[in-house]
Amino acid sequence: MSENLITVTIDGIECKAKEGEYLLNIARANDIFIPAICYLTRCSPTLACRICLVEADGKRVYACNAKAKDGMNIVTQTEEILEERKAIMQVYDVNHPLQCGVCDQHGECELQNYTLELAIDTQEYAIADTKREVKDWSSVLHYDAGLCIVCERCVTVCKDMIGDAAIKTGPRGGDKLDKELKESMPKDAYAMWNKLQKSIIVPSNGTDHTNCSDCGECTAVCPVGALTERDFIYKANPWDLREVPSACAHCSSACHIYYETRSESISNPEEKIFRVKNEWNYQTLCGAGRFGYDYENRDAKRDPDALVRAAETVKSAGTIKFNSMITNEEALMLQTIKEKFGVKLVNNEVKPFQEFLKHYAKAAGHMLYKDSFADMRECDFIISVGSKLRNDNPAARYLFNNIQKMNKGAGIYFHPVGDTLIPTFGKSIMTFEHKPHDEEYALLLILKLFGDHEKLPESVKEKFNEDLVARLGGDSESFEATFEKMMKKKESFALMVGEDLYYHPKAANLAKLVALVEESTEFKVAFIPPKSNALGVALICDLDQECEGVVVGYNEPGDFKISALGDGEFDIPAMNQQEGTITNMNKRVVVLNAALDYNGYTLNDIMNKLGLGESLTVDWTSKLPLNKGYQVARFDDLPDGFKNDMSENRGYLLANLSVEREEIELEEFNEKALEGDIAYRCNPQRQFNDFSDKAHQIFEKFALYASPERAEELGERVRVDFGESGAIELPVEVDERISGEIVEVPDFKSAYGVYDLFGQNRYAEVKITKV
Amino acid sequence: MDLENLKDRNIGEQKYRMLDLEPTPTTGWGKFKRVLRRSVKLELLVGLKVTIREMFKALFMGEMHTVKYPFEKLPISPRYRAIHEMKRLLESGHYRCIGCGLCEKICISDCIRMDTRYDENQRKEVSEYTINFGRCIFCGYCAEVCPELAIVHGGRYETASEQRASFSLFEDMLTPIDKLKEQKEYPGFGAVSPNADENIKPTPLAY
Repeated sequence: MSENLITVTIDGIECKAKEGEYLLNIARANDIFIPAICYLTRCSPTLACRICLVEADGKRVYACNAKAKDGMNIVTQTEEILEERKAIMQVYDVNHPLQCGVCDQHGECELQNYTLELAIDTQEYAIADTKREVKDWSSVLHYDAGLCIVCERCVTVCKDMIGDAAIKTGPRGGDKLDKELKESMPKDAYAMWNKLQKSIIVPSNGTDHTNCSDCGECTAVCPVGALTERDFIYKANPWDLREVPSACAHCSSACHIYYETRSESISNPEEKIFRVKNEWNYQTLCGAGRFGYDYENRDAKRDPDALVRAAETVKSAGTIKFNSMITNEEALMLQTIKEKFGVKLVNNEVKPFQEFLKHYAKAAGHMLYKDSFADMRECDFIISVGSKLRNDNPAARYLFNNIQKMNKGAGIYFHPVGDTLIPTFGKSIMTFEHKPHDEEYALLLILKLFGDHEKLPESVKEKFNEDLVARLGGDSESFEATFEKMMKKKESFALMVGEDLYYHPKAANLAKLVALVEESTEFKVAFIPPKSNALGVALICDLDQECEGVVVGYNEPGDFKISALGDGEFDIPAMNQQEGTITNMNKRVVVLNAALDYNGYTLNDIMNKLGLGESLTVDWTSKLPLNKGYQVARFDDLPDGFKNDMSENRGYLLANLSVEREEIELEEFNEKALEGDIAYRCNPQRQFNDFSDKAHQIFEKFALYASPERAEELGERVRVDFGESGAIELPVEVDERISGEIVEVPDFKSAYGVYDLFGQNRYAEVKITKV
Repeated sequence: MDLENLKDRNIGEQKYRMLDLEPTPTTGWGKFKRVLRRSVKLELLVGLKVTIREMFKALFMGEMHTVKYPFEKLPISPRYRAIHEMKRLLESGHYRCIGCGLCEKICISDCIRMDTRYDENQRKEVSEYTINFGRCIFCGYCAEVCPELAIVHGGRYETASEQRASFSLFEDMLTPIDKLKEQKEYPGFGAVSPNADENIKPTPLAY
């Protein structure tokens, strides 16, 4: 990076850092310990706990919100500071229940840890306690106010990272502190206590229940046992659980997670996943990642006859139909089968994305989008085109929100389906509810506003004459003033490209426009791969358009079903039962580890029967195609984790290879508007595929989702008629955060063949009738 | 003590004395004479004096020393560490165990397992609890670590079983509810020390 590094001295150790970085983060990056409870990296400092008190150039500052200046000299411990910290911990221990044995945080509790760290062995303070009730906030969240120390980490993460802002501090009704204490006790401890006595955490909508996406990140960040997952309460002690680092396989973010397993019970020694944890200082999980973990293929057995049958069927099959819930290794095996036996590979989730990437590569001169979502965190202006941000990819949504909150950012959200949540992410967010298939104009507007006009071809500039803002459904009169305001003090820009663009009648055009944006503007551009390992499949497999002959379904319906869901003719391991790698949206090849035992055969066994196999599935890892940017790397050598300076140290990054560049020639823009009722293929939050649906803590139904007004019109159950491609009957569910007329049809159950109904498109003209 | 003294292992006074024994006969006649002399002098009965006295006491004076195990058992120390007992709260009769899992964690032979759950009263309930006595080495750590004095050792030391692994469940070890009045505190491992009150600084209360 080109930024100037400065030097600060912490406890005599010289540390290099970026100017303006928080002291606490610098200390952590350099392995220097400063206690801190309320601070969350990547979120704004809360200043609730005040325990990170340090002395910077002789002045007392809070390490979590003091910014580094060149030559600063920091002392992390003086007698005075220790006294403050001790008093703070004593105050936290006032009225905190002492029955640690019956708390789920017992053993990994920060209150326990810091009480011991600071050697608190006596209590000097006391105040009458207030009655605080235990509450279930949602289907997954459990809040025990009696244990809460009001560090506000949950509130901070929900606002700054998740964007739901579903919880806030409310009145506690506690006794006032004795005024004499102000004189007698350390200053910061008093201030902390004063605040603590006044507040407690409550749902921000004024009810007893949170209206949020049920991601459970608040339970992860809670330092004590106040916020827990309902399913996990009192089930197991943290130290009994075996921690298996892996990656979540539900969406293309492939977040780093730990499966925590233990034998199910005394009577059942079978290993079971009890919960999922994450490195919440470095990566944020969504509800599917945290709660959608128990989709393993249990009870699979080794039946040699079935293996022979499966191998023969695969060899003689016309098509293998699969989806993106597949590892790179398995995808490579399928590709090998294709090359040897001429079997067609069909993948509805990835094919359009692969095409889009090809068009993009030709126009841009390199195979993959230049930037990754990880780089975008520094940006202060972000645009999302073609992605239903709230549903498609949680990591992209968190990024969009985080930029608004942390970098005083601005954002533009282009999407035909209205969303009432996105505008609440920040003060300067502009939303365009444009017509479906008008994404070309959205990109055109970006080019017009930000592009270097000299670099643009004439065919593009011609189109600038049209009133693009009006075309996109905006108000062209007020636009300029608003836009100017948004642009104030903005330095770095990011563009997220979503699934709608890949499933667009003019996808090739869009790919070229995206390449133009990348070339002629300063935007960091990254694509959101449609589903979990879509990028990996797109790079490794050579996909076909249509099914032919006998169809072998690989986690998909077919004449012969190979399935990790336990419902097929041949069993394969689910993503939490096998080792392998996934290529995620950050162009990173990340590691999956097996959390649970699997007793059946794998795809590699079929390969061995066919004479193409390796001794282990992970032996394929080093064979991933080099000409697509993969490396020759042994699976066991791949790193998996984060470093203290927040950098990601997982797997390896794909190389972005250059390809031959072709002149960009735009085709005619799409002018055919959709008429009548419009359905949009989109999953509810926390649902991604059959596997997330199988998990017992994911409750979102397979239904038609509509805005409250639209749902009322539609009644309880409807038939959605797609014309020639068929029809589907669905119950109607309300999504309070949708606005407008467009309804959402989910695709997470492969048995319903929703991709076939929509075809190469995410929008469809439909007829909706009540049933 | 300096090093010289330390190295000298012959501690104490060395007062050895040779016994004044007659020489061992070598000839056949000599051996015969010795046998005859020893038989006639009744030395054997001198050796059996104590035995005969005790036999007489046992048979005729009712002072039998043999314990007729298993019909009879000797009292053992109250701090003896045998098969565990689970105690109840005297006030409510509810079991003391809170399911914290510390005994499970500290157990060095890994023989304790427990399952817990969230019960209707929002409390942690122990739904199942076992100790594998095939593995237990009766070290007493579980009793020592227990914050509630719930698990303690008892005096039941007969652990022979048909299988190497013999399990005990929670109910087996729990004080029967009708015997609650007879429940006694265990004075061994894990017990509160007699001077506990002196070692504790009370937490201030604002009520």
